[in-house]
Amino acid sequence: MTPGDQDSLAAEHPDDTVASFEEEGNHFSNQVRNWLHQTPAAVPLIVLVISTIVFGLVLGSKFFSPFALTLILQQVAIVGIVALAQSLVILTAGIDLSVGAIMVFSSVIMGQFTFRYGLPVEVSVFCGLFAGTLMGAINGVLVAVVRLPPFIVTLGTWQIFLAANFLYSENETIRGSDIADQAPLLQFFGEKFKIGGAIFTYGVVLMLVLAVVLAYMLRYTAWGRHVYAVGDDPDAAELSGVRTKRVLISVYALSGLICAIAGWVLIGRIGSVSPTSGQLANIEAITAVVIGGISLFGGRGSILGSLCGALIVGVFSLGLRMVGTDPQWTYLLIGLLIILAVGIDQWIRKVAV
Amino acid sequence: MMTPILSARQITKKFGRVVALDNCDFDLMPGEVLGVIGDNGAGKSTLIKALSGALRPDHGEVRLEGDLVQFHEPLEARRAGIETVYQNLALSPALSIADNMFLGREIRKPGLLGSVFRFLDRTEMESQSRALLTELGLLTIQNIGQTVETLSGGQRQGIAVARAAAFGSKVIIMDEPTAALGVKESRRVLELIRDVQSKGISIVLISHNMPHVFEVASRIHIHRLGKRLCVIDPKKYEMSDAVAFMTGAKVPEGPDFA
Repeated sequence: MTPGDQDSLAAEHPDDTVASFEEEGNHFSNQVRNWLHQTPAAVPLIVLVISTIVFGLVLGSKFFSPFALTLILQQVAIVGIVALAQSLVILTAGIDLSVGAIMVFSSVIMGQFTFRYGLPVEVSVFCGLFAGTLMGAINGVLVAVVRLPPFIVTLGTWQIFLAANFLYSENETIRGSDIADQAPLLQFFGEKFKIGGAIFTYGVVLMLVLAVVLAYMLRYTAWGRHVYAVGDDPDAAELSGVRTKRVLISVYALSGLICAIAGWVLIGRIGSVSPTSGQLANIEAITAVVIGGISLFGGRGSILGSLCGALIVGVFSLGLRMVGTDPQWTYLLIGLLIILAVGIDQWIRKVAV
Repeated sequence: MMTPILSARQITKKFGRVVALDNCDFDLMPGEVLGVIGDNGAGKSTLIKALSGALRPDHGEVRLEGDLVQFHEPLEARRAGIETVYQNLALSPALSIADNMFLGREIRKPGLLGSVFRFLDRTEMESQSRALLTELGLLTIQNIGQTVETLSGGQRQGIAVARAAAFGSKVIIMDEPTAALGVKESRRVLELIRDVQSKGISIVLISHNMPHVFEVASRIHIHRLGKRLCVIDPKKYEMSDAVAFMTGAKVPEGPDFA
């Protein structure tokens, strides 16, 4: 290219003030990276759509039916809700290993308060939700005020809440038929309704509503902006006038509340109240969040990504089961997806450097 | 005698066995630009943090316009009219320019949408941010919604300074505002300091850059070993004198240091 050509190019683009912020934007990969940086839910959404289409092509109408697709929603409802709670915590650069324990203990409290103490079921549900919030708040205080690492705090409270759950429930399961007779409200979120061939449970609806509400809170309220700021750089947030301790405690408490809600949905899903249920919920939730593109280093990602992450796991599980492979293939593929997701996150982060 | 707008008496702060502030005094007069200089580790940053509420001194008192104040967090100092531009800028990289400008004092939509649903008035915050940045002539930012991490060091500094200038009603404390900047951008920040001063706001300028300090400061507070060594008039002293006081090569004496 001669200097004359450059001049004519410059003449065609006299307004170069915008370009000064996008020096590297000329390369295609950088453009992609910038776009992904701004829309963190894009990667999981694309993976979700592609995997659904692939399974649909392989399995045909068996998979690509309203029945099968809504079955996936039903299967991921609980993990999906717990993943929403986990997302909030991970956005603050923390982690909550106790989500599963809070969920089970809350469901046991709802059941036992009704059947052991004869409390009205509405009161028991309220107590269960309150207990979940309280357990989350304990995590929050230990992280924000005592300043212990979230991993250690929740590793401890995970054992504590789970042990308390077994001690309190005396390993006793409340039978589904008893609940159906005396306290059907506990099974409310397991109830199904049909729209054409699609079958939904109220638990699925709740998961979607919660996701929308949280997405709104994170994007359009000051609290949400503060959650991102705290996860991004807590010292900078503090100096900018964000009350970081309050934000952290509120995040963990809200996470606890959402886990307790998941506990209520869990009763609907399995029918009974069992202190041994939901053992893998914490790992499955972290998996969904990571595949959903939320950065474990905090401050980046969106709640809708987590929802997609949970759905991706659901699509792979059901799809591979329908194909008839050994279920271990599911875990193997999910493992690959996790590593791929974190790799992509690192790559996207380079946009900042 | 005039009452200082911001003053400190006998403040002490220890970190373990390190004495960062040792019975330090400080005075900022209304409408002045006070330069604060001192060697690395002299305790300048600790002094600033004690004044802006980022940390609480072990003992000693801080007065704003003559009234005793105790700030437990930066937010309280900000509400009292003291804004600080920190050395590490205190911006959140992943948030947008507008979000950063209004971090901790967001504007919500009027009516039910704001009060019940806590809906942020992003349009208003963006237009105000744009107006502020344009007014200060610091930046030619096209997209106020872009994240701070995509900006250069100078642009980030500009936003931090603009934020302080926009909200500081009484005192603005600037910790090394020109350290990360090029010559041209530094000039703009110095002009900005003058602009802000002409509005009647008092400024504390901490800097290692002697020419910058001597150019804009009305008085210079020399900090040494955790306390105020002396306050000099930049018109009466040379930069080399200031450096000599700062490093202990020369001991201030004479009628100015009674």
